[in-house]
Amino acid sequence: MRIEPRETQSIPGLIAALILAIGAAMAVCSVLILWGGASPVNGWILMVQGAMGSKFAITEILTRATPLIFTGLAAAVAFRAKLWNIGGEGQFYIGACMAVLLGTKGAWPAWVMIPYLFTAGALAGGLFLLIPTLLKTHLKVDEVVTTLLLNFVVLLFVNWLVFGPWKDPMSMGWPQSEPVIDSALLPVILSKTRLHLGFVLAVATAVLVWLFMERTVWGFEIRAAGANLKASRFAGMPVTSAIVRTAMISGGLAAMAGVSELLGVKGYLTTDLSAGFGYSGIVVAMLAALHPLGVVASALFVAAIYIGADSMSRAINISNYIADVTTAVSLLAVLVALFFTKYRIRRR
Amino acid sequence: MDIVNFFLETGFWVAMVRMATPLIFGTLGELICERAGVLNLGIEGIMAAGCMGGWMWVFLGGSLWGGIGFAACVGMTLGLLHSVFSVYLGLSQHVTGLGITMLGSSLSAFVFRMLLPKATTPPKIVPFQSLDIPFLSGFPFLGEVLFSQTALTLLALAAVVGVAYVLYKTPLGLAICMVGENPMAVEAQGLSVFGLRTLAVCAGSAMMAVGGAFLTLSAFDAYYIGMVNGRGWICIALVVFSSWKPYKALWGCLLFAAFDALQMRVQQQAGMAIPYQFYLMLPYIFSIVALIVMSRKAAYPKALLIPFRKGER
Repeated sequence: MRIEPRETQSIPGLIAALILAIGAAMAVCSVLILWGGASPVNGWILMVQGAMGSKFAITEILTRATPLIFTGLAAAVAFRAKLWNIGGEGQFYIGACMAVLLGTKGAWPAWVMIPYLFTAGALAGGLFLLIPTLLKTHLKVDEVVTTLLLNFVVLLFVNWLVFGPWKDPMSMGWPQSEPVIDSALLPVILSKTRLHLGFVLAVATAVLVWLFMERTVWGFEIRAAGANLKASRFAGMPVTSAIVRTAMISGGLAAMAGVSELLGVKGYLTTDLSAGFGYSGIVVAMLAALHPLGVVASALFVAAIYIGADSMSRAINISNYIADVTTAVSLLAVLVALFFTKYRIRRR
Repeated sequence: MDIVNFFLETGFWVAMVRMATPLIFGTLGELICERAGVLNLGIEGIMAAGCMGGWMWVFLGGSLWGGIGFAACVGMTLGLLHSVFSVYLGLSQHVTGLGITMLGSSLSAFVFRMLLPKATTPPKIVPFQSLDIPFLSGFPFLGEVLFSQTALTLLALAAVVGVAYVLYKTPLGLAICMVGENPMAVEAQGLSVFGLRTLAVCAGSAMMAVGGAFLTLSAFDAYYIGMVNGRGWICIALVVFSSWKPYKALWGCLLFAAFDALQMRVQQQAGMAIPYQFYLMLPYIFSIVALIVMSRKAAYPKALLIPFRKGER
């Protein structure tokens, strides 16, 4: 057996490979449903019904996809430059912390407050990712481990904040911060649902990131640094500053997920504000083959799996961890699928 | 200062060696993988799977050593999966490793919930007991620190010697180290690069899973979701800290565990002078500082992260 690169990569081939990968993930999931003593077909019907069956379910998917789009973009931009930012979870909470720090006092109107909190949060998240990035560029410390370890540090810090200095005296003893002022909250865009303006912002951000990566010199430098570091350096590109810029953008995007989730869903800080969005963002980015617009589609897909699997697991009494298993299997299957769009296996 | 008193207590040293045990297994496992040129970021998930698998084996009526064996098999299976992706297909080791971690963590949580759907408080098993070897355990201090541990801790210490012996003194070990430095040369000698890497990743993953099983079969008697709690990631930092050398890895794990045991005691002693969350942060910050200090001297295996394809240069 021999693995050979393909000369051409076709778009229909890519789509077929992705569909096959999702099929493989569904097959694995079916085995788990069978094990739970239910019929997979029934399970899948319940899952689709749970995800798409009502207006409410669809808006729940869009709400759930909102932070995933931001964290997915964060991972996609960083991975394009081969900056392995696994710290989305930490940067998410940094953004949420900034939103609480600056958003609980004062009486500014919404059109000042919301852009202000997003900008401040993004800046804080970007600066936070600079720590491991500068360690990488200047001291050659592996950023995978440092960004990961910093997630634990940030979460403990948030834990301290909501149990200690930021604890809301009005919260009846629950560990949560004071709520942000009303004008800082993202308005709900469809009445009687949780769907908030953050979703529109997330999609707009995805388009902006796409234009940035495809149409600007900075975007080109980021992609070039990721594609071939040595060649870019040889060509006289400012590689280090390209990586630093990538870090600011990636950390900023992940922090925007935290700001949007805080201002759009809860309004106050808790330690369970993120349902692992920083980590799921990596799956989202990989499913999208690191394409900014693909991130929107794959965030919707991952959110639909979660909402659907959650409702199915309740209906047929199967553990809701089935959603996590399905996304993990989809990630691995898509990696293999993407491989076969670039390579073929030839028997000798 | 009271801190000096902690070091004079035997209990502190006993706790240190106990807390180092899962880290020793995990670090050695990761070290073997990385020596063969494969970064295994699946460690956190593999430890979680070993943790749950080993416990479930015993809970369902198997023996304790059977649980360790089962955990090793689970680890090996996940290692094999990781090899298919990272060795044979040559996919990005960062991403496939994270995929394995997600799979291992979520699957173990899922299986636990499916087998024990009604368990509200985690059910318990009878874990490994401390050995109390008649003559040796009676020795003042050293006897207590080393020989009143469970058998798994002694196994971890033996594994350090075993791994060092295999890596440095056997042809197989030399081939594994070589495959992480210069796979082309190994290929030229007529050895299989793929085979050696797969073997190393499977063996290493089995050790990681045993480290996870230590948590549920020796350190605690119950399993709860999320109990590995970042230990796997710390093992990865410890491998860099040890410059890929087994004996240095042992010292790294002991130093780290001493730090952990100390923070627990200081935390109890000092009351709430400094919030406990800051003590809990220390191990992670310490890992980062250790990485910074050691990065100057870090001599990565040269082929780490680089997939090997026949005939490609």
